[in-house]
Amino acid sequence: MPDFHLVSLTAVGAVLGLDTVSFPQAMLSRPIVASTIGGAMVGDPVAGLLAGAALELVALETLPVGASRYPEWGSASIVGGALLGSYGETAPGGLSVTLFAAIATAWIGGWTMVQMRGLNGLMARRFRVAINAGSPTAVVGLQFAGLLADLLRGGLLTLTALLVFEPLMHATLGVWGASPRYSRAVSIGVAASVASGAVWKLFRGTAGARWYLLCGLALGLVVMTFL
Amino acid sequence: MTAQRRTTPTAPQAAHAAPLSPPTLPVIIRVQIAIRLFMIQSAWNYELLLGNGVGFCIEPALRRLPGGKGGVAYREALARESQYFNAHPYLAAVAVGALARAELEGAQPARIERFRTALCGPLGSVGDRLVWAGWLPFCSLLALAAYGLGAGPVAVLLLFLGLYNAGHVGLRAWGLSVGWRNGMRVASALAVPVLREGPAHLARAAALVAGIALPLALGRAIGPSRAVLGAVVLIVALMGTLAARLPAWLQGWRLALGVLAIWIAYSLATYTVVR
Repeated sequence: MPDFHLVSLTAVGAVLGLDTVSFPQAMLSRPIVASTIGGAMVGDPVAGLLAGAALELVALETLPVGASRYPEWGSASIVGGALLGSYGETAPGGLSVTLFAAIATAWIGGWTMVQMRGLNGLMARRFRVAINAGSPTAVVGLQFAGLLADLLRGGLLTLTALLVFEPLMHATLGVWGASPRYSRAVSIGVAASVASGAVWKLFRGTAGARWYLLCGLALGLVVMTFL
Repeated sequence: MTAQRRTTPTAPQAAHAAPLSPPTLPVIIRVQIAIRLFMIQSAWNYELLLGNGVGFCIEPALRRLPGGKGGVAYREALARESQYFNAHPYLAAVAVGALARAELEGAQPARIERFRTALCGPLGSVGDRLVWAGWLPFCSLLALAAYGLGAGPVAVLLLFLGLYNAGHVGLRAWGLSVGWRNGMRVASALAVPVLREGPAHLARAAALVAGIALPLALGRAIGPSRAVLGAVVLIVALMGTLAARLPAWLQGWRLALGVLAIWIAYSLATYTVVR
């Protein structure tokens, strides 16, 4: 991957990591957006969209609810989109390795978010006297320090993931032995299985929702048959 | 922090009965608060949760307290508003608007603190159900359905971001406005049908879209091979049923990571054996 791609992807990964929680939570960090952007940045937005759609299926399960721990999809999806975009969506095993790299990055990203929240807590304790005295410098400063820390976290995560997974992907695809068709089917099948479980868990508590789901499924299968 | 009531000219009326028309808040301050609301979570931590963010958002309004920025009233109010607070980040706008008005009207500090505590629960649970478990999956599934129907990258992104953020920005703007308009009587304004029944309607709509989107997205991602697609649809139905019964700690993404790792290892082993 050329250096200018590495630099620009790191910068965008930092911004999208920031979007997950800190600013502006406009869901630019959702996989279907971030991965498509990652693919577009290396010249293949369609491959980025494929990786994004698969990751979005997995991400349906993890909702960014307040204090809970969840994978950080923003930076991870930029990495996923860029990886698949670099090799093309038809590269044998490309989607499998991309999904593995992106989900692993999201997992580590979730861990880094917890550490960053701990760091924010440390700063809040340090500024507690000033905050309790109503110091605007402390209140505003703490907020911007958190913003900057999150930006750096997203950038470092993206850069590290690209530096680790790009050569790994190159090496793995060079010795890929499984059928390309089955590799793609396994990758998408795994993602869709997670999504279908997530959909059931999300909506089963709502009266009548399971019937809507079944009607939708029937409609979707009919449309899929004719497409 | 003192618990004494401040002696602003408007305080006596405000403490007992909120006036029908809110005190004025210049447009520039409203804009500053609205922009800051997008950053309300940037110092999120396990000590104060959203607390510092609420203080940060209200701060421009507090400059209008007697004594101005740095005055005693300003500092007391800022300290009060920067303590522990928890809510959904979008619906926290309701709290920010209502608390800003309560502070500018000179409500008693103890009342403000009780009101602040009382807002946490409803704004958190309603927001989580409406946005995280309703609007976000709905928009996400709609984007997946568009992808499955053959939409290109730009169309999918515009559909998802446009639709999601119409709701997102609209909710923040509505929250700030309704909070400011109603002040400490905002609870009645929160009984609007969108917040009460919206989550259930959204869940049904999202379930319908999910049913449509999953096979379509599978179809496009897998490609033209009908035999493979049919087998994958059956496997997904089976695995999805199992995934829905997983214990909470064993999340699907962890399993996905494990299965992909095994598949990659199998592929590398196959290459070695064939060679």
